[in-house]
Amino acid sequence: MSKLLSNGQPQIGEVRAVGIVKRFPGVLANDHVDFDVKAGEIHALLGENGAGKSTLMRQLYGLYQPDEGKILIDGVEHRFHSPKDAIRAGIGMIHQHFMLVPELTVVENVALGLKSSRGFVLDLDVVEKRVCALAEQYGLKIDPKASVWQLAVGEQQRVEIIKALYRGAAVLILDEPTAVLTPQEVDDLFVTLRQMAAEGHALVFISHKLHEVLAISDRVTVLRDGRVVGKRPTQGATKEELAQMMVGRPVILQYDMPPLQCGDTLLKIEDLFVQGDRGVDAVAGLSLELHAGEILGLAGVSGNGQRELAQALTGLRPVRKGRVLLHDKDVTNASPSERMALGLSYIPEERMKEGAIRDFSVADNIILQDHHKPPYVRSIFFDFKAIKNDAKRLVEAFNVKTPTLDTPIKNLSGGNIQKLIMGRELWRRPSVLIAAQPTRGVDIGASEYIHQQLLGQRNGATTVESSVVQRRTPTQAGMEMREMLEGRREQCLATLLISEDLDEIRALSDRIAVIYEGKIVGIVDRNEATVEQLGLMMAGVRKEEALGLKKSGDHSEKEPS
Amino acid sequence: MGDLFTLPVLLGIIYSGIRFATPYLFAAIGETFSQRSGVLNLGVDGMMLMGAYSGFFVAVKTNNLWLGLLAAALTGGLMGLLMAVISVTFQATQGISGIGLHILGLGLSTLLFTTTMGGVGTIGGFPPVRIPLLGEIPYIGDIFFNHNILVYFAFLLVPVSNWILYKTTFGLQVRAVGQSPEAADTLGVSVKGIRYITVTLGGILAGIAGASISIALINVFQENITNGMGFIAVALVYFGAWRPTGVLFGSLLFSFVNALQQWVQLKGIPIPAGMAVMLPYILTIVVLAFSSRRISKPAALTKKFERGES
Ligand SMILES: Nc1ncnc2c1ncn2[C@@H]1O[C@H](COP(=O)(O)OP(=O)(O)O)[C@@H](O)[C@H]1O
Ligand SMILES: [Mg+2]
Repeated sequence: MSKLLSNGQPQIGEVRAVGIVKRFPGVLANDHVDFDVKAGEIHALLGENGAGKSTLMRQLYGLYQPDEGKILIDGVEHRFHSPKDAIRAGIGMIHQHFMLVPELTVVENVALGLKSSRGFVLDLDVVEKRVCALAEQYGLKIDPKASVWQLAVGEQQRVEIIKALYRGAAVLILDEPTAVLTPQEVDDLFVTLRQMAAEGHALVFISHKLHEVLAISDRVTVLRDGRVVGKRPTQGATKEELAQMMVGRPVILQYDMPPLQCGDTLLKIEDLFVQGDRGVDAVAGLSLELHAGEILGLAGVSGNGQRELAQALTGLRPVRKGRVLLHDKDVTNASPSERMALGLSYIPEERMKEGAIRDFSVADNIILQDHHKPPYVRSIFFDFKAIKNDAKRLVEAFNVKTPTLDTPIKNLSGGNIQKLIMGRELWRRPSVLIAAQPTRGVDIGASEYIHQQLLGQRNGATTVESSVVQRRTPTQAGMEMREMLEGRREQCLATLLISEDLDEIRALSDRIAVIYEGKIVGIVDRNEATVEQLGLMMAGVRKEEALGLKKSGDHSEKEPS
Repeated sequence: MGDLFTLPVLLGIIYSGIRFATPYLFAAIGETFSQRSGVLNLGVDGMMLMGAYSGFFVAVKTNNLWLGLLAAALTGGLMGLLMAVISVTFQATQGISGIGLHILGLGLSTLLFTTTMGGVGTIGGFPPVRIPLLGEIPYIGDIFFNHNILVYFAFLLVPVSNWILYKTTFGLQVRAVGQSPEAADTLGVSVKGIRYITVTLGGILAGIAGASISIALINVFQENITNGMGFIAVALVYFGAWRPTGVLFGSLLFSFVNALQQWVQLKGIPIPAGMAVMLPYILTIVVLAFSSRRISKPAALTKKFERGES
């Protein structure tokens, strides 16, 4: 018999999927995929959104059944009809969107679906003891009595891991576990994962973040369009190589930043106070100036007032004190549409809540803000031809992949939804753009595209232009797009880039402002501070102190990675 | 107005308020289970009518009240099962299928009644049972401890259902299925299975609620005897914030106001009769409008569930 793991389960030597084929209506999600993971290793599954990673893993977990192919555990074929079967076989999965019931406590979430030692009556005290023991063994700090909705994202993830371990997982599949974590939480997670692997668990780590894959995994398998396009040991792999495998073409991981040209102050925030959901000031005395032509990155750990600031700037949340000036006009209490009329655009953090309507079609989402104006309405009727026309142009210009214009937007991948929202916002020719987490949960290809767009807007749009003009003969759409961009060149968009991804901030920003507890701790120029120094500022250390610490050596990394 | 509220009058209102909370309690607690698992059953009233009819019919024909009660529970359970088939398996829109079941219950109970029994009849319903010792206490004993057995059952149902919801594995699964069916599904909980059980249970309790009217409280059957009580029960679930204790509070409040209103009418106080009858309903609407219960509302209420959709 194989050795026992810390959660009392026998080790599983190897899980192997052979020739897996899975079709969805109109999509071949997995095309003869071979995949295996062994005890003691962390196997990274890399691929863009829509590559078929989740689908493959959902079959190992019994949520879907493969159309062809088989699943072997230690050489024995298994058929899973539901997750229950997979759990029984020792496989656990942590889903991309956490599968927790927010209203229940940690212990209740763990106990859910399990047999109780007292039959019909819950044995939460027994469960709690074991949860605490597991938490201790695996170094997962957690308050078992807290309700899940009160927990931070990182803590919720620990609950998910404990849930899987409690159910006897020897194999653990983590579907994009870092997508929602802060850098510190990612570090903590990695410590746990390494410990679990060292113990003899087999781990599958799904991601599309290259540096994470390089940092944590022993082997990498790359999926593209449902097929395995590469498989290799992580040792010796480079980012460029993996990115190229994943996207199918060379990818730009660093951007050129031409120097700033414009400079008027377009957005001015004066001593702003904004209340959060719990009634305390989430933004507390924040001042900031945004100039034409620049990208100002707002860095900070999640929950330091970024969301409330973005909502206050766009008119979605009331301001308690202070002023917001847009083009020298006081818009502190203006409605979102008044601000839009003044040239403000917003790419919201929660794209499905604030940026788009799930069940509306692509075309309807595109005209969301302007649906009541010409050319989309004539007298009181929609002009569907004009709508289709513009929607088609936008979809082409911004490279949105969608089957049709009538497809409900919820059927698009995250990256394509984001490209559509960004396209819609830029199409309005804004002078000030608030971009909140524009690439969160978006794959590399789309991220690269979005980054290039943001940079392009900064100093005359070169990238959009090239994508339209190079690939197509100058269609009418291309010509009009070009005219539109010529117009913007004089305009010089000012962008406030709010992101928790320091790499993104460092790659794109002209200046970086660090927010902590609702205030700006300091503003640094593009290459003025190292990652470590920024990290210190994100923890609340003042700029002078943070920079003073390491300034002597001055080995500020040039590479934004 | 001074002589209106003499002590005997007040006692009478309290007594009747407690007594007539019975059907609301049965129906609303059944509906609580159903909604807690994510199914809004608007057919409660129709299920109550079927329960009221079948309980009355069987009790009259067999001369056995308990068999009548059993028949009511079975009929309600069947109606609940039907609701589950329509809304859980076939995934029809819950609100619409519930209204369909209400109309079915209303029509069928009327039809069956006129064909099998003809005119209005009465029956000797469950007699009051005075509880030893407690029932001897002056005033208190008369008001609280001298009711028929179904009234006691209804009030006992509150702690029992509280216990089921919060202290059993089944209750945990019900709460989880109503809040995040996907999460429950990934842990191997059968979302549809749980919903079948709760909706059927809701039907059984609605059937008993109906029988409590026809063979324990009023002891007659006539067309549409519930007069919309089932809809009030649905509202009481919202009012009670999906908790049995909240439902208890709402049922009592509603029933007291109703008793008061009847007294006002009986005394011939110069308030238009229509106004008085409306009073409890207006109260319900006002309370519902001002109670913001969004936090405790089961997040998946009225949402269909199919694996892989999300
Ligand atoms: N339940 C489903 N129904 C229809 N299509 C689906 C379903 N799940 C996934 N797909 C499609 O299968 C493909 C692979 O999706 P997925 O496995 O989620 O990719 P990844 O996890 O790599 O981002 C996508 O084109 C997606 O739209
Ligand atoms: Mg996925």
